[in-house]
Amino acid sequence: MHALHDYIVAPFVEFAFMQRALVGALMLSASACPVGVFLMLRRMSLMGDAMAHAILPGAAVGFLFYGLQIVPMTLGGLGAGVVVALGAGAVSRLTIQKEDASMAAFYLISLALGVLIVSLRGSNIDLMHVLFGTVLALNDEALVLIGAIAAITLAALVVFWRALVAECLDPLFLRSVSRLGPPVHFVFLALVVLNLVGGFQALGTLLSVGLMMLPAAAARFWASRVEPMCLLAALFGAASCICGLLLSYHASLPSGPAIILSAGAIYLLSIIAGTRGVLATRVRHISHRTA
Amino acid sequence: MDRMDACVTFEDLTLGYNRHPAVHHLSGSVRKGSLTALVGANGSGKSTLLKGIVGVLQPMSGVCRVAPGTSLAYLPQQSELDRSFPARVVDLVSLGLWPRRGLLGRLRPEDFEAVATALSAVGLDGFGKRPIDTLSGGQLQRALFARVLVQDADLILLDEPFNAIDARTVADLVGLIMRWHGERRTVVVVVHDLDLVRQHFPEALLLARRPVAWGDARSTLAPENLLRARQFNEAWDDDAPWCAPGDDHPHAGHRHDGDAHRKGAA
Repeated sequence: MHALHDYIVAPFVEFAFMQRALVGALMLSASACPVGVFLMLRRMSLMGDAMAHAILPGAAVGFLFYGLQIVPMTLGGLGAGVVVALGAGAVSRLTIQKEDASMAAFYLISLALGVLIVSLRGSNIDLMHVLFGTVLALNDEALVLIGAIAAITLAALVVFWRALVAECLDPLFLRSVSRLGPPVHFVFLALVVLNLVGGFQALGTLLSVGLMMLPAAAARFWASRVEPMCLLAALFGAASCICGLLLSYHASLPSGPAIILSAGAIYLLSIIAGTRGVLATRVRHISHRTA
Repeated sequence: MDRMDACVTFEDLTLGYNRHPAVHHLSGSVRKGSLTALVGANGSGKSTLLKGIVGVLQPMSGVCRVAPGTSLAYLPQQSELDRSFPARVVDLVSLGLWPRRGLLGRLRPEDFEAVATALSAVGLDGFGKRPIDTLSGGQLQRALFARVLVQDADLILLDEPFNAIDARTVADLVGLIMRWHGERRTVVVVVHDLDLVRQHFPEALLLARRPVAWGDARSTLAPENLLRARQFNEAWDDDAPWCAPGDDHPHAGHRHDGDAHRKGAA
């Protein structure tokens, strides 16, 4: 019992940097995972990945001018993400181009621009932080930022919940009774960008999408309604963060990959053992009902 | 017809895609409280006309006017409904509450009652908690009719609601349409089964890109009208001349505003 306490609780009690990392990661789980559920239900999972790449040049511009500081890099990432999301969203809504193709076009342009900007300053080891994050070095500024993002996201989800569900379930119906369809879509894209930007402090631009998508994809195997699915995704996210941080602490692994790999383990487990997973649906049931 | 009496008014309405008309120069109006069958071959512009009324398709020329204050329920032929979405039948039917509750309004006890009443009216008692991906085609259609019921709209547009539906379900759904007609709602239904139209619908509009006949259902569906409707060419003609004032059809107040469109069949 004592050993268990030493192993699981003590690191978070003894070290301030572990506490900050835990608080930041838990806030991120609460806000990014439900957003990930909607991203998955809209079949836009890979769009999250594209958005993560699109954020890079904005963060790089902030880095180029101000060095490794959270506010300029976050604002830069936010700007780049919003431009790409709005541009791709507008092209897909106003022309025959579908969302996936326009998103791919915009993020590739954005990514090439990012690489170009990075090369202006030459290679720099600090840039590794941008790409892969530093959850163990979250400062007060970063925690406040993540907290604000989580508060905005949860508030927006509560307000727009029914609209988001309607937009996913039957977009043509929503268009026939209300003009809210396109605005709701853009609000949602803004939430995606906001959470990816919030995550890149902790996990880096490339891995922050992992905390958004993996718990959501895992929750799909357990829940058959949206509300429980979002709750479960947030729980899975929180569990992966705790697991990842402990792994990182005890085995001296980089924290970002440890968190995402923990989420990946939950996902693989869910595929097999979930109530809607392989075992439950593929194994022939011995008996069935008469009606 | 008295303007006050019209629910939907078309004034020289042309709707279409890529400058090719799908509904060509339609004028007239749908009376409040009328029940109209929209009839015509595939590609004759029936669904396009409904999209024009709903407003999801902008006119190429002319005007489609829905009387102010009219609430509208639309059941499309090709629904964009995502059947793999983790929703229950009640969630789907509750979408019909949107016009009443909007974005911010919370659902009230009477709303849940309205949903339950609608489900029982379409014969889906006890289906409320079923996930929508477990419904059969007919059950899903009944659920969508329940959503229209919940919408409680003045103008109801149904696009081929009887496709791939068994006889008993058709009979039940026709019963619902008759009930709406009895409640003085304006109903427009796209139907392919002409016997069904003759049997149940007082009025019909026969389309073949342009209106062929419009009025009493039995006389609209007279053999000579059906023959004329069959003689139109469904395909687009890229060499068709630009439709301009002074052509073979009447052009009351016809305007193209420089955005000329092609006549589909010359």
